[in-house]
Amino acid sequence: MDKPHVIVIGAGFTGVAVAYDLAKRGMDVTVLERGPIANGTSGRTHGLLHSGARYAVDDQESAIECIDENTILRKIAAQVIEPNGGLFVGIDDSDMNYRDKFIEGCQECHIPLEEYKPEIALRLEPELTKKIRTAILVPDGTFDPLRLALAFAASAKFHGAKFRLFCEVTGFLFDGLGNVTGVKFSDRTKGKMEELSADIVVSATGSWCGEVAEMAGDPNIPIRPTPGVMVTYDQRLCQRVINRLNEPGDGDIIVPQRQMITVGTTSFEADNLDYIPVTEQQVNLMYHRGCELIPSIANTRERGAFMASRPLVDSGLKGRSLARTFKCFDHKVSQNIDGLVTITGGKATTLRLMAEKTVDLVCQKLSFPAACETIETPLISYRQYFSIPNEVN
Amino acid sequence: MVDLWHVTFEVFRQKDNQKSHFNFFELDINPDEYVLDGIERIWAFTDRTLVFSHACHHSTCGACGMLVNGVEKLTCITSIRDVTRDGGKIRIEPLRNFPIISDLSVDMSSLYSRMEAVGHQPILPIQEEDSKGKVKSEGDLLRLADCIECGLCISACPIALTTSNYIGPAVLAGAQQHGELTPCILELVNSENGAWRCHSAYECTEVCPSNVDPAWRIMELRRKIIANRFSSFFTRK
Ligand SMILES: Cc1cc2nc3c(=O)[nH]c(=O)nc-3n(C[C@H](O)[C@H](O)[C@H](O)COP(=O)(O)OP(=O)(O)OC[C@H]3O[C@@H](n4cnc5c(N)ncnc54)[C@H](O)[C@@H]3O)c2cc1C
Ligand code: SF4
Ligand code: FES
Repeated sequence: MDKPHVIVIGAGFTGVAVAYDLAKRGMDVTVLERGPIANGTSGRTHGLLHSGARYAVDDQESAIECIDENTILRKIAAQVIEPNGGLFVGIDDSDMNYRDKFIEGCQECHIPLEEYKPEIALRLEPELTKKIRTAILVPDGTFDPLRLALAFAASAKFHGAKFRLFCEVTGFLFDGLGNVTGVKFSDRTKGKMEELSADIVVSATGSWCGEVAEMAGDPNIPIRPTPGVMVTYDQRLCQRVINRLNEPGDGDIIVPQRQMITVGTTSFEADNLDYIPVTEQQVNLMYHRGCELIPSIANTRERGAFMASRPLVDSGLKGRSLARTFKCFDHKVSQNIDGLVTITGGKATTLRLMAEKTVDLVCQKLSFPAACETIETPLISYRQYFSIPNEVN
Repeated sequence: MVDLWHVTFEVFRQKDNQKSHFNFFELDINPDEYVLDGIERIWAFTDRTLVFSHACHHSTCGACGMLVNGVEKLTCITSIRDVTRDGGKIRIEPLRNFPIISDLSVDMSSLYSRMEAVGHQPILPIQEEDSKGKVKSEGDLLRLADCIECGLCISACPIALTTSNYIGPAVLAGAQQHGELTPCILELVNSENGAWRCHSAYECTEVCPSNVDPAWRIMELRRKIIANRFSSFFTRK
């Protein structure tokens, strides 16, 4: 069989990981992204490489996915990861009541942990609040969002994938029976429309996947975009990720990166996803929640505030309790539209696994027998994204 | 409710190597939003063809560098309040000394490949913390390096303006930070287009948004190159 041609829409974490997996399994790949790499949700994350501990009580399926993928990413993407671990810090009675559930949850999800007494924790992280009552170390980490995406994109290019940035998909090509045979897109750098056909199109458009599926005639993707705010402060006040030891809530994570820290996040619903403004109220909330864990945030300059929209898969529940695991939709099954697959939901931390499952489905649909090989091989340097030529077809 | 400011964004436009021009966009905007937010608003609500680069929106990726009123800025952390007034203008142009991809987006491939060539490491051990005077020992912890490869220093550099062959402040700073001057790195930096080309204008340090202090590092690098010459002179026989 000839090499099948697959179009991937979107170059966020999911799209670049799918492109890499497809190319590594020997397919012809073109990525169409309406902006630069990782301009959507992916660029604008905390950069927390989840250990899974955050979900170990409420959502063990996610927790296990996280710890497994965390372990893999530490090996294949070490170039862009600060592997320094994270502390879950308990301050008040409610936190201490959560402690037992938390430890039990982590153990059930094989997330290794070590508990420290306050004085030891303060030696590790001197800026922590003196009110600390316990601290539990888990294998969290920090990643550089753009460079994580670039490392996957570089590796995809190395295996022959082509990237067309600033190309916005505006419609699909059909075979006359409603099945997708390609896409129509506008190249923003030239102001021109183009068409491209493919054996299969994968939509990896995150929070926007509902809009994209609608263009193909499927209005029923159960995606509920839930934005959250993050605020960055101008000093590195911790070396490890600091989490509040409690139910997931607003402003309960502090992530160090370079000489900064970022406090996040919130969870609400928005209408227009292309621009979601940050409100002062949310910034204040992050500030107060952050200060509860690291009081010296009060003496630190705010560096920036930003917003991103989670592509949560709707399970009929509200806000943060939406399931965080991802979904791969074959539109043949749901709406009898062949030639289109949508992958959405999930987390940055699970990008590789999301790609593996999606490409398994693509291979099955194309009867193209090839196994996933992305677990073992380290990604090539993110900078090679810029040096490997992009032979545009 | 916040008081919105009325601001005119004067935006540089160029597609496909055609003649460039400016477009004017009038925005009623919260002055505490950032310049990049204003640009993203223009794209989201007014002009889908506007091309600009960005990713992290919190000064860690280095993608959003532009000229704001003629000065190199990371637009994601430059608040509107700091660069104009109510009823005022903001002029936005792409960085200098890089080829323009389209509108506000430039091609920084040369920077990335030179950073790779001088062995700049994106992840550093924390005890090798390198900015002046700050040596902290934190066991085996690692940290993402400060240089975010934003290109602001290259855009601001008067030498880079005269020749694209000059490898530029960020790259020389990267070589200094790497530590060891391997023969390959030495060949790159100890050359006509390397460390000796710098005229100490200090523009790079002026615009660097990320604590790198490239001008200081270039001077350090020269010292290292000279020391290296001496030692190879004595070991040669
Ligand atoms: C506030 C917040 C904090 C988070 N923090 C973390 C964290 O710390 N750790 C973690 O593991 N996860 C985190 N996440 C989750 C994680 O960031 C997301 O799950 C992930 O980035 C989603 O990636 P994606 O590629 O699916 O979506 P996106 O990154 O949004 O990518 C979709 C892409 O599709 C493109 N696109 C859309 N429409 C079109 C079109 N018509 N044509 C062409 N291209 C199109 C967009 O431009 C975009 O680049 C966070 C999420 C949020 C909201
Ligand atoms: S040295 Fe500073 S200005 Fe130059 S690329 Fe690095 S971070 Fe940007
Ligand atoms: S968008 Fe990343 S540095 Fe500004």
